[in-house]
Amino acid sequence: MPRQSEPMEKTKVIVGLGSCGIAAGAGKTYEKIRQLRESEGLDFELKKTSCVGMCYREPLVEVIDESGTYLYGEIDEARAIELIDKHIVNKEPVRELVVQSDLFDTPDQEFLGSQVKIALRNCGYIDPESIEEYESRQGYASIRKIAEDGISREQVIRTVLDSGLRGRGGGGFPTGLKWRFAFNAVSPEKYIICNADEGDPGAFMDRSLLEGDPHSVLEGMIIGAYAIGATGGVIYCRAEYPLAIKRLRIALNQARAKGYLGQDILGLPGFHFDIYIKEGAGAFVCGEETALIASVEGERGMPRKRPPFPAEAGLWGKPTNINNVETWANIPWIISHGPEAYARYGTEKSKGTKVFALAGKIKRSGLVEVPMGITLRDVIFKLGGGIQKDRKFKAVQMGGPSGGCIPEHLADTIVDYDSVNATGAIMGSGGMVVMDETTCMVDVAKFFLDFTQKESCGKCTFCRIGTKRMLEILIRITEGQGREGDIEKLEVLAQEIKNNSLCGLGQTAPNPVLTTLRYFRDEYEAHIRDKKCPAKVCKQLLTYTIDPEKCTGCMVCAKKCPVQCISGERKQVHFIDQEACIACGECFSRCRFDAVIVN
Amino acid sequence: MRVQRLDHRSAPEVTDAVDLSRIESLIEKYRGRKGSTIPLLQGAQDEYGYIPREVFNHLALRCGIELSEMYGVATFYAQFRLQPVGRYIIKVCHGTACHVQNANKITDALVEALGVADGETTEDRLFTLESVACLGCCSLAPVMMIGEETFGKLTGPEAVKIVKNIRIKENEARGEDAPSI
Repeated sequence: MPRQSEPMEKTKVIVGLGSCGIAAGAGKTYEKIRQLRESEGLDFELKKTSCVGMCYREPLVEVIDESGTYLYGEIDEARAIELIDKHIVNKEPVRELVVQSDLFDTPDQEFLGSQVKIALRNCGYIDPESIEEYESRQGYASIRKIAEDGISREQVIRTVLDSGLRGRGGGGFPTGLKWRFAFNAVSPEKYIICNADEGDPGAFMDRSLLEGDPHSVLEGMIIGAYAIGATGGVIYCRAEYPLAIKRLRIALNQARAKGYLGQDILGLPGFHFDIYIKEGAGAFVCGEETALIASVEGERGMPRKRPPFPAEAGLWGKPTNINNVETWANIPWIISHGPEAYARYGTEKSKGTKVFALAGKIKRSGLVEVPMGITLRDVIFKLGGGIQKDRKFKAVQMGGPSGGCIPEHLADTIVDYDSVNATGAIMGSGGMVVMDETTCMVDVAKFFLDFTQKESCGKCTFCRIGTKRMLEILIRITEGQGREGDIEKLEVLAQEIKNNSLCGLGQTAPNPVLTTLRYFRDEYEAHIRDKKCPAKVCKQLLTYTIDPEKCTGCMVCAKKCPVQCISGERKQVHFIDQEACIACGECFSRCRFDAVIVN
Repeated sequence: MRVQRLDHRSAPEVTDAVDLSRIESLIEKYRGRKGSTIPLLQGAQDEYGYIPREVFNHLALRCGIELSEMYGVATFYAQFRLQPVGRYIIKVCHGTACHVQNANKITDALVEALGVADGETTEDRLFTLESVACLGCCSLAPVMMIGEETFGKLTGPEAVKIVKNIRIKENEARGEDAPSI
């Protein structure tokens, strides 16, 4: 992929330093390369960037020299030495480590091939701590265009409306319409909020975006502020994302210094706007608009009744417009490329692209941005490379605790708001967790209910107590104490919680149970009637026995058994005392001869 | 519900001396500003590692925020702690990706090795064991984070080994023989 068109002066070595890269050891890799440059007196430019999305190949190091670009994967310290020696010193690229190049094909080609990068256009390509690098890739060109061409506020809103962009936080409400409501509200003070309280377990799109390209989010907010006439902006970011917050602070200071924030921005008379960061304190319900506002105001983050909507009375009672990180990042691109260019991607009702965090039992996990309308199958098998260990694909979870599991037979569902909703799941903010035959769907439902039950703010009775009762039933089922009638009880409770909860958390909390009941009812029945867990996950439903044909009498299992319930002499077949066995699975994981059978 | 995270009845009374002057500049910065309850509590926690009882009283007195309001906020958000924590906070990720990759085994192994329940601190105040919702390193699942460092693709025994090594290092630094954990 060609990066910059300016004449090549020096070889560039760029290390990906996003949170996941750092977790995989990219910081050490960077340090090693820096040391080598010093100690060997090598002449190349060493730079940092953020996540390009290939989490499964971290740490990533890109080398750009006169011959082309080479993105190297899995470069730990030892490989960094090899890489510098071969590629930089001897000018011989290490082809077997290249995951992406503009010169030749690689097996990882497909991961990037089907992607269309709009929101992530700069992630992995620029140094997120440099405003100049953002500007060099058309950064802040959109707000400049608005100022220079005198584009009116109505026109900006019309452009966003025409693009068809819908809220990327999961709600899917048309962004332009939301802006128009806030625009129409009359008040000397108005606010813009960026929702960066990414609470879905299994989702990291917003984190990567903020870490990789904070200025695109700021520019989106500045454009939004201009359009609706906002005087103040807030980024509500999870405190669990320290790197994102650090880079946002740097970006804010740079934007202020360059006059993109402040008084009479870019000479637009009367356009005064600044943004500050508010660190969230860990509450999933704060993803809900009114709860988020309460939290910014320093209170318990509990949702309130709507109307009035935030567009009329939001933060401090003033008209407020809230959009999610990814939504904001799309805005500058839409302004500079025009609404038609954006609407060219996608389906009739869902335009543009969507970023997904691919994780779970998938070969290539990472961050992808795909045009709406692509099938789930393509995302999982083409981009994601299929299931780990080539096991059988069972389901994909979308929408986190508010979403559901889409089974294998619906894998040709296309990615758009309405098609995903029809399956019972939701598009959500973009978490996609892939599950295989070794994942128990009752256990997954229990996992999400456990989450929502803990995260319920407690305001609505049905959400507070109903989720608790559902969880109790699910725990019982997974512990082998399920009873006839449990499934029906779950369904009744689910409906009641949906109908009687004020906010999205409660209204969607039963979704993981409802979708698994819809598509995997037989698994629930196996747990309840046969006291079996078909995926062999629920501990209390498993029995361990030893296959006399395979047992070599090595005694490893007997030594490792925490309750000493395995008997047998050396070189004799061993035996598990079922009465004493606690089904911990230690023998199963220790046996090197596959002699322990689990049922 | 959220407040169930808390159980002080079983928690031991903490009698650490608290130097209130350490939060003076924080108070100066936020006093009188609207919506400052959360930043004040966050700042205090950054200073002490948790929010001691004296600090609640002090903030109430100096900033005029009702004690009940502060307590309500502190118990609502997962981030705030009302008990001291260990020098090392072990955050075991229990996000969806980590869950399907068996994060429970990591927590179970650490519970056994450290002899504390999830959410508790070891007696020597070296480790606090916590479950967190998602650290956002889903591709490295299952993951745990100790301090700033993230450890990925773990197994139970590996997690225990990492923690053991920290304890050995700490004990060496203090010139003691390493007790087994």
